[in-house]
Amino acid sequence: MKTENQKAWFFVLPVLLLVAFNALVPIMTVVNYSVQETFGNNVFFWQGLDWFEQILRSDRFHAALGRQFLFTFLILIIEVPLGIIIALSMPKKGFWVPVCLVLMALPMLIPWNVVGAMWNIFTLPKIGLLGYFMNDVLGVNYDMTQDPLAAWITIIVMDVWHWTSLVVLLAYAGLVSIPDAYYQAAKIDGASPWKVFRYIQLPKMKTVLTIAILLRFMDSFNIYTEPFVLTGGGPGNSTTLLSIDLVKIALGQFDLGPAAAMSLIYFAITLLVSWLFYTLMTKDDAQ
Amino acid sequence: MRKRSLIPILYIAFLMLPIYWLVSMSFKTTNEILSGFSLFPQTFTLENYAVIFTDPSWYWGYINSIIYVSLNTVISVCVALPAAYAFSRYRFLGDKQLFFWLLTNRMAPAAVFALPFFQLYSSVGLFDTHLAVALAHCLFNIPLAVWILEGFMGGVPKELDETAYVDGYSFPRFFVTIFLPTIKAGVGVAAFFCFMFSWVELLLAKTLTAVEAKPIAAEMTKTASSAGYELGLLAAAGTLTIIPGAIVIYFVRNYIAKGFALGRV
Repeated sequence: MKTENQKAWFFVLPVLLLVAFNALVPIMTVVNYSVQETFGNNVFFWQGLDWFEQILRSDRFHAALGRQFLFTFLILIIEVPLGIIIALSMPKKGFWVPVCLVLMALPMLIPWNVVGAMWNIFTLPKIGLLGYFMNDVLGVNYDMTQDPLAAWITIIVMDVWHWTSLVVLLAYAGLVSIPDAYYQAAKIDGASPWKVFRYIQLPKMKTVLTIAILLRFMDSFNIYTEPFVLTGGGPGNSTTLLSIDLVKIALGQFDLGPAAAMSLIYFAITLLVSWLFYTLMTKDDAQ
Repeated sequence: MRKRSLIPILYIAFLMLPIYWLVSMSFKTTNEILSGFSLFPQTFTLENYAVIFTDPSWYWGYINSIIYVSLNTVISVCVALPAAYAFSRYRFLGDKQLFFWLLTNRMAPAAVFALPFFQLYSSVGLFDTHLAVALAHCLFNIPLAVWILEGFMGGVPKELDETAYVDGYSFPRFFVTIFLPTIKAGVGVAAFFCFMFSWVELLLAKTLTAVEAKPIAAEMTKTASSAGYELGLLAAAGTLTIIPGAIVIYFVRNYIAKGFALGRV
């Protein structure tokens, strides 16, 4: 049981100050912009909630939001089951375990724009390994600068390549914590592999899978650098996800007001969905 | 060899293919890259690496990145340690709300913060310094470090603290000589994660720097766009950015499985 101690605040104070400096000042700047109009020269006019209304009604925002949800949905339904399958088929101990883990973790430690550049080189027609293989060996017409479907498949495969290992490592951590006695008991009872998975492995992985799904949701929903470097949001607007669209508006067109309003709506959606996920997934624990 | 070990092998092969391609391209001449497809470098060259190691604007990119990443890792872990201890041992006014608020910063899209960060760090005179990037990355690394460390500390029984006090240890002495060694795996894992997220992040690092503290990843984008055909050089620079990560994972290889569970298994 934890003891009540208000002096604990002193321990938390450095963290609070540092994070508040980084979080509160910028978010207040964004709030400021979101309710004002500027024509340059640091002259601002009160705009009220007009920008919010404009963004929420704009087709461009709806399109980007739709693409963003589609992207995140595809990422979650591919990476989570795939990660669990890979974790289940990993050896439990032995020489190969650390080797596998190190190799699997490698993509996550590559700077995000290098990931984009790497996949660009990898998929170039004529020059890249994948581009050459698809076009010249299989004879499929694959060029993601022309074909939106190819661009979508490429950014999805890139993200699966980049982040599935996070799910694998988390699920694996849950699996190795299961004592052998559980499996022996299941064997004596004659439980099928599915039953072992459903009643022994899945419950043990629940906490770590919650973390995995939350992290994958937040990071895929906020993704910017990798698809930006790989496709630049194209062809056309087909892979313009929310962050890419936001940066286009804020830094490309310098429409600070609408960009700020969009930022706040974006942040609110991320928070809301994360909270929903979290509440749904931890509902059983509370009861 | 069991049939199911095929799955991890295939998966790792899939992971290694693009990396192989990047590395292989870094040993090719620009002519060879553009003249057509070749699975292995035909005319093996170290020229691309020679360019990077002799041009200060290239190799300083690496040094800059390593400076701010290390600085961020040290700051994040040092301030997160006492906070995580407070969260794992005490109840205090607003503790749950504070913890949740910290985690929400992990959810903020970096794109949202790019411009305000630029204005904030310019106005306090830190623009284009290593400290600016190190502090900015604290936004998402401190919450993560607190979260990981709190998980590991929660696994240490409270009796350890009480016994130490009964034995006459002062709090700082207990914390440094008894508690820290007990959770050193957690500290390693937290440092690993801070290193990882600071090393891979580019949007904020690029926004907050111009010349003096410019990260290697930003040097790369410049070269890739202005001289779009130097794919060999781009590949060599990319290959070099993989190495620090690979070294760091090697050191934490035995903690990696538990670490990714953030101590919560």
